[in-house]
Amino acid sequence: MFSPRTISLFAVLYGTWLLLSGIWEPFLMISGAAASMLVEFIAHRMDVVDGEGHPIDLTWRALIYYPWLFWQIALSNLQVLRIVLHPRLPISPAVGWVPAGQASSVGLVTFANSITLTPGTVALTVLDDRIHVHALTKGGLDDLMAGEMNRRVCQMEGVRK
Amino acid sequence: MSLFIDIASWLLLTAGGCLMAASGLGLVRLPNLFARIHAGGLADTGGAALLILGMALQAGWTLVTVKLIMIGIFLFFTAPTAGHALAHAALLGGIDPEASGDGDEDEDDTGDSHVGSP
Amino acid sequence: MMLLASLLVVLGMALTLIRAVRGPTVYDRILAVNVYGTMTVILIALLGFLAGRPDFMDLSLVYALLNFVGTLAALKFFKHGHLGEDR
Repeated sequence: MFSPRTISLFAVLYGTWLLLSGIWEPFLMISGAAASMLVEFIAHRMDVVDGEGHPIDLTWRALIYYPWLFWQIALSNLQVLRIVLHPRLPISPAVGWVPAGQASSVGLVTFANSITLTPGTVALTVLDDRIHVHALTKGGLDDLMAGEMNRRVCQMEGVRK
Repeated sequence: MSLFIDIASWLLLTAGGCLMAASGLGLVRLPNLFARIHAGGLADTGGAALLILGMALQAGWTLVTVKLIMIGIFLFFTAPTAGHALAHAALLGGIDPEASGDGDEDEDDTGDSHVGSP
Repeated sequence: MMLLASLLVVLGMALTLIRAVRGPTVYDRILAVNVYGTMTVILIALLGFLAGRPDFMDLSLVYALLNFVGTLAALKFFKHGHLGEDR
């Protein structure tokens, strides 16, 4: 009942309540705790408090992955910005299947989200072992095919294969 | 110190605003739907992040910053989901992702017709 | 400086509106409206600073939620022709 995941979900819910309200009165703080417990109860009944609904065990490795992702997003922002401002629009759209080696659905979703988050590449279809990607430039697709992002997401989810 | 923060936040806000405008420009200029999705991503990621950072610098360590960060996290997780849903729906709707032509002359509004040069 | 950023965002919104009006497919319009919504979220937050009213952040947060759900609902409607009833 009181697994670490339960407690961390309660902490996240209650923290959100407190920070969004910003009013530190006993009545509101108690009703916040009650509301958080109610949501926790409903979430348990719906059976969504697991590694997929609340992947708290990935936190530390995600803290390594996300800064790298932010850097990639910044780089590809600059590339797309250059294309948009370029007078001749040097786009070379490319479509291809990028292999995805993630074992869990959380990892696969993270990978697909990362592909879509970096401007210049969009995930069109997501299958278990590969992702259909549309890229604004041929180079963007080639970078994904080289597989560094795939490798880093696999690292983040922890190798269990 | 306050001057330094002001300068940094001015830079971030201006850069973010320029990215937003560039995203709009890209939406108008780029030739077909799938290319435009990438221009939309410019506003969803870079523009929003820079502007939120700039505003957070102005707000300092207050609840406003917390809310700004919540907006940022929320956009960070929903923007790619919406983008992927849009791309997937367009693909299923029969729009060819490999077309590179201009879709502007096609005034058909149903969404399941072809786009660009045949 | 908030004013300059707001004006730039408004410029972006105007350009996005052009795309929303010109189409040509329904997906172009949904994309434009989605981006427009993201810009609105940021613009509401900027207006909060301009007007000196931090409450605007809550509006901005709620609009971010609505924008996402609205985009998905519109996409689902145009994909299936309804929002999920049986048959």
